[in-house]
Formats: sequence, C-alpha cells, structure tokens
Amino acid sequence: METPATDRTISVEINGEVVEREVPARRLLVHFLRDDLGLTGTHIGCDTGNCGACTVHFDGAAIKSCMMLAVQADGAKITTVEGLAGDGELTPLQRSFSEHHALQCGYCTPGMLMSATALLEQTPHPTEDEVRVALQGNICRCTGYVNIVEAVVSAGAAGGH
Amino acid sequence: MLLREVEYARPATVEEAVALLSQHEGARALAGGQTLVNVMKARAASPDVLVDLGRLAELRTIGFSSDGMLEIGAMVTTSQLMASSEVDVARPILAEVGGTIADVQVRNRGTIGGNVCVNDPTNHFPPLLVALGATFTIRGTGGERTTGADEFFLGVYLTAVGEGELLTKISVPPRKPGQGDGFAGLAIGAHGTYIVNAAATVSADGARVALGCVGAVPVRASSMEETLAGAELTEQAVRAAAEGLGATLDPPSDVHASADFRRHLAEVSAARAVLQAAERARSH
Repeated sequence: METPATDRTISVEINGEVVEREVPARRLLVHFLRDDLGLTGTHIGCDTGNCGACTVHFDGAAIKSCMMLAVQADGAKITTVEGLAGDGELTPLQRSFSEHHALQCGYCTPGMLMSATALLEQTPHPTEDEVRVALQGNICRCTGYVNIVEAVVSAGAAGGH
Repeated sequence: MLLREVEYARPATVEEAVALLSQHEGARALAGGQTLVNVMKARAASPDVLVDLGRLAELRTIGFSSDGMLEIGAMVTTSQLMASSEVDVARPILAEVGGTIADVQVRNRGTIGGNVCVNDPTNHFPPLLVALGATFTIRGTGGERTTGADEFFLGVYLTAVGEGELLTKISVPPRKPGQGDGFAGLAIGAHGTYIVNAAATVSADGARVALGCVGAVPVRASSMEETLAGAELTEQAVRAAAEGLGATLDPPSDVHASADFRRHLAEVSAARAVLQAAERARSH
C-alpha cells in the first residue's frame, strides 16, 4: 500500500528526454516545467485554468499545465512548445503563424501552437469552425484571433503541421 | 500559484484507493483535477491527502453490463465519452452534452466521475444523468452499493459518496426505440458556464425532465412530467406544460441572472429540451 508523502520522485519524458526529479506534491506541472527545468516557453497567463497559455501535450493530448500537479505527470510523455522545433527548424504550423502574422504580443502563442498542433495531428485539414472549437480554451488578449485561425487553417490546407 | 502543502498517494487498485481514503482524515480523491486543482490554488479546498485515481485503469473503461446497461467508469474523460462508439450507439446525448463542456484541454482531463462528484449546480452531467435515470455505483471498505440519480445528488458540492468512499461507475440505460433525449439552456458564451439548463428524455412512457442551476441539486420538473404523461408532444402542449414551472423553483440571483429571469429560463429550457427529445424520439 502506498504511503502518502509530500514529495515524490517522478520520471517524465519531456520533449523526448527522460527527466527524473523529486518534486513536492503541491507543485503544479507548469511550475515544474518553468522553474525546475527552465522550459519557460510554457507561459502562465491566468493561473485559473481559463486562458490556455500553459497548454502542453500530455501523452499526445492538449492539457493545461496549470491545472495539473507535476506528480500526476509521472511516467507520461510531455511535449512543450520547445519540443516543436526540436532540431531548430520551425514546423509548418509555426511558419504559418509567422507568415500570417498570427501573433501580436505573443504571450498566448505557445499555448495556441500546442492546441493547434494537437488538432492537426487528429484532424490534418481542419475547417475554420473546427479550428475555432479547438482553440476555444486559448485566449488571445490582443484579440488577434482572425490571423491565428487563418494560420492554422492554412497550415492544414498545406498538408502539414 | 503555490498550493498548501499536501500529501499525495497514487493507488494501483480501487481497493487500495478506498483504503487510503478511509484511513486518512482529510483525504480527497483526485480525478482529472479540472476543478479540484483550481479550488486548491484558490485555497477554497485544502485537503491533507490527495488520492490520485489516475492509475486505476478499471475506472477508465466504457462497456455494457450483462443486462445491457451502458457502464461508464468514473475516470472516463469527457473526450473519451465523445469518441466512444458504445456511447454513440447507446446514449449519444452524453457525448453531445460533453462536447459543450469548457474546452478541449479541460475535456481531455476532466472526468464524468469528477463532474458529478463535485456537483457544482452549474455542471452539465448532473441534470442529464437525472433525466436519463442513471445509477451510481459507490465502493467503500464495507463493499459496493448503488444509488439512483434522484438520491445521488444531496447538496451543493455534496453527493451520496461519503467519506472514505469512491464512485466507481455510472450505469445509464440504453436508448430504446422510440426514445429521444434533449438538452437545452442558456450559457455565458458558446461553451461557457450555464445560467440555467434542462435535460429531458421522452419515450412512450412519458417524459423525464431535470433542471440544472436552479437549486443545490438537479430539480425534477415533476408537474410538467405529469402533465405530459400520455400527451401528444406538440409544441403548444409542451410549452403549456412548462408554464408555471418557474413559480415552483427557488433559484439563486447573481450577476448573470436574477432569480426571476432564471425562473423564466427554466420554463423555456425545459420546453426546448422536451421538444428536442420528442423530435429525436420520432426519428429513432
């Protein structure tokens, strides 16, 4: 039987690399990524689970890393925005964001990219409506949605992400 | 945000989870965490021990019992419900309503068990499961028991799942030929929090209607159900049956809607849910 403890050693595959660390049970996954591992591409926007700036992939699914404890990620595969262009070359979706000027201040961009990448993996050629539904959990406070949606649709139409 | 210090355990079996929950005072089950982690951040809840249900594979299955009931494990996520062929065949309204909960990320983590055990009065699944006549299976150290939907929801954030107990599965009767389900309401934004919602199921036996957001627990629209029993469900008849329903309710007033407006919405939502269910009953 497990004995409840305030700390736990976890092993997580992050952007293809296995990381083993002892973490306090109360640490949020987003703080583990940013503060313990220095992966500051994952942003904290609202810290209430609304804005989606902290979106990462958890075993392939988009999730908000501020609504999850790091200990819950034990054994999982996590991809952060740093993992998209792992070899330095932008993904087609990232290029599309650049080409469509799909960012203004850029704060929401990592979360947008992660949600849109998850969508394109499941639905390679999404319609505008499908993109809007997929990005519902990501708020752009500059309200620059039009270009963001265009960038995702266009990346899908071009056949890659 | 910094949560209050908490102890954490991740049981490998349901028995172990129940033992942990019953042995530690102040222990709480952690399902998808889409409510609990947030209320812990706000320190509106500060459990001493978290029992993480994430590894209980047996609670993540969707299937059918020997008597044909659709059985949904408590740890089934909303996204899993939406993709399930079993749900699509037996009770597609569950996937349809699930698809209007929050957003993709929340649906990927949030579970049906968590949604009902939190029993926030604005949650989607409680009124729906009352309308569908679901049964809840609860495991404790003394064994297993089942409770009907009308007895499961006890108060705001309060259900029949007691301390040291765990909801393990939700059983939903499959849709019969000539039966249809509906769901309607007014939300803050397209997929936002509901101000009022209503779920209905219609069959030859009559209609079952449950309202959300108007009380501490889902409220059955009993007088409306009685009026509609055996009646032809024309738009006129359904709207007439909903009239006066608001006066029987005592809904809250808040920044989104006054109690009076919620009474009005309850009548409109109940009528729309029944009409949608009736339309589907005709074509099923």
